[in-house]
Amino acid sequence: MELADIAIKFGLIIIIFLISLVVAMYSTYAERKIAAFFQDRVGPNRAGPFGILQPLADGAKMFMKEEIIPTNATPFLFIVGPSLAILTACIGSAVIPWGQNLVIGGRTIPLQVTDINVGILYIFGVVSLGVYGVMIGGWASNNKYSLLGAIRAASQNISYEISMGLSIIALLMVTGTLSLGEIAQQQHGWHWNVLYQPVGFLLFMICAFAETNRTPFDLPECETELVGGYHTEYSSMKLGFYLFAEYINMFISSAVMATLYWGGYNYPGMDWVTAHTGPAIGPLIGTAVFFAKIFLFIFFFMWVRWTIPRFRYDQLMDLGWKVLIPLAIANIVVTGIVITFFS
Amino acid sequence: MESLSNKKKQIVVKPLNFWERAYLPAIVQGLSITMSHFFRKPVTIQYPEQKREFSENYRGLHSLKRDENGAERCTACGLCALSCPAEAITMTAAERQKGEEHLYREEKYAAVYEINMLRCIFCGLCEEACPKEAIYLDGDIIPSDYLRKDFIYGKDKLVEPPLNQ
Amino acid sequence: MSTFYFIAFLSIFFSILVISAKNPVHSILYLILTFFTFTIHYILMNAQFLAIVNFIVYMGAILVLFLYTLMLINLNKESEPVKPFMVKIAAVFGGGILAVALVSSLKSLGVSDPVVLKNPELGLVKNLGKVLFNEFLLPFEVSSVLLLSAMVGAVLLATKDPKEPKATI
Repeated sequence: MELADIAIKFGLIIIIFLISLVVAMYSTYAERKIAAFFQDRVGPNRAGPFGILQPLADGAKMFMKEEIIPTNATPFLFIVGPSLAILTACIGSAVIPWGQNLVIGGRTIPLQVTDINVGILYIFGVVSLGVYGVMIGGWASNNKYSLLGAIRAASQNISYEISMGLSIIALLMVTGTLSLGEIAQQQHGWHWNVLYQPVGFLLFMICAFAETNRTPFDLPECETELVGGYHTEYSSMKLGFYLFAEYINMFISSAVMATLYWGGYNYPGMDWVTAHTGPAIGPLIGTAVFFAKIFLFIFFFMWVRWTIPRFRYDQLMDLGWKVLIPLAIANIVVTGIVITFFS
Repeated sequence: MESLSNKKKQIVVKPLNFWERAYLPAIVQGLSITMSHFFRKPVTIQYPEQKREFSENYRGLHSLKRDENGAERCTACGLCALSCPAEAITMTAAERQKGEEHLYREEKYAAVYEINMLRCIFCGLCEEACPKEAIYLDGDIIPSDYLRKDFIYGKDKLVEPPLNQ
Repeated sequence: MSTFYFIAFLSIFFSILVISAKNPVHSILYLILTFFTFTIHYILMNAQFLAIVNFIVYMGAILVLFLYTLMLINLNKESEPVKPFMVKIAAVFGGGILAVALVSSLKSLGVSDPVVLKNPELGLVKNLGKVLFNEFLLPFEVSSVLLLSAMVGAVLLATKDPKEPKATI
């Protein structure tokens, strides 16, 4: 690998990192604004025009607040919890293909940090690791509400990981590869996987809601029962990290859903567009389309949050074990039959 | 027994049918409802800049009135303080000196007149008790502040501005 | 090679911490770190699939459940039973015998040549899949049926008996 390649890779990593942070930051703003619109309100509009500086004000507030570590907490693990949460949220973006290869001045620049051949499993592993941040933080707080929140997070994530894995298996039977780069390439034009795997997509999306602890599955931080859930004892930027990690997770899972099922950077008529704009601009348009899909998913996350009330805990477990898993297994069987007899 | 209002309705809990149990149609319905609100005009009134119109009998900040010559009507009789159920009003009376006739209408006036806005319940009894029609609760909403002492409003904030200014 | 020794040192270090940590939750956390170093070992051996499966299944699922159980049962120092003196002696004695057996069995082993993989790409998903679905098809399928039946069994255990009266909401 040349020095220039390494420099490009490094730059790409930093850009992706910054983009995910900025998107997460403005997701908080978007969430408040969208919630306001759904409730016939205006939303934050004081900091800057249309309240556009609100995330900066919130961030400054988080940094300025007093750091509190409870007396009976385990100090080291209390700090490790939020750090782990945001770390696992950030490293998921490494395998997502953000666009086709750019060709600038004869040099090909891949818009994917690394295309490991177990990309999906990597995402899956990172997601399953994400629960440790919540669990460690909840346990280290030494508070019954935090502990209950942590336990809920653990059991919920484990339960929904199974049906998530099963829905991915059906997808893998269609694509025949584990690499996210190849999956994105296969969906060239309009051959999006959602056309072949609608049930799989539905299952995956429901599980993504559960894995990111979003409403209607936000029982780990259920305010009505558990005060604040696992982050009851947290304050200042440590709380900020937990909240931020949730939004980064939302961004990454939107990106994964767009890549796996909704064609990633592909859109109908992309060949024509690339032929007319050249190999440097064409892929960037694809990337823009990809981001548009991501933002649509983020909007959907928020739309659902401000529509559907929270599940009760037994309903959550019932849904996960008695509905989603049998449905996912049936989906695998049907997919297998269709592949065997019709192709 | 015959119901008096005929509004009684017997609720029958039916078992959910398949589509109701599938839960997804209900979710789609809910999503469409929220989406219809998304494009609705917000009902917010952005308070300090925009104000909702007060009703005619709204009781806000007190004002001590002046008569048609610009002299203060209050004669420090103390009836308002007496009638106040929250004991928010205090005053100190003083005698009018020579040459102050254009300032105070009666021979006695309130040298100090204070209302504690944290105690006041805006009931309007002071307004009713006043024999001189000197106090009215016709002002605005009390603005917020940081210190308790700043909520004790003296004559500087309560008395109407002079007429010819 | 130095990476291997460093990671191997870390695995042994963390596994010693697992058994020496006073607090059971801490020892689970050390166990997670130990498994993480195992994942790195797999990556060093170019076995990407095994690495990621170790990552998902052990770190992401099984140890979460361990942690979950330990958090629930809330082991404190106060609730730790005081072991009688004889038990301690017996434990030391048993451990000593185990150590002797290990050392003697290690001595009888000859030092083998460093293992060199014939096919360094063996650990990649494609090659692994080919091996599993050609040479070892039957055991693979049987074990998958076993796992599936275990999962279905778990779901069946969780579903209520329809004859039982339903709980009123």
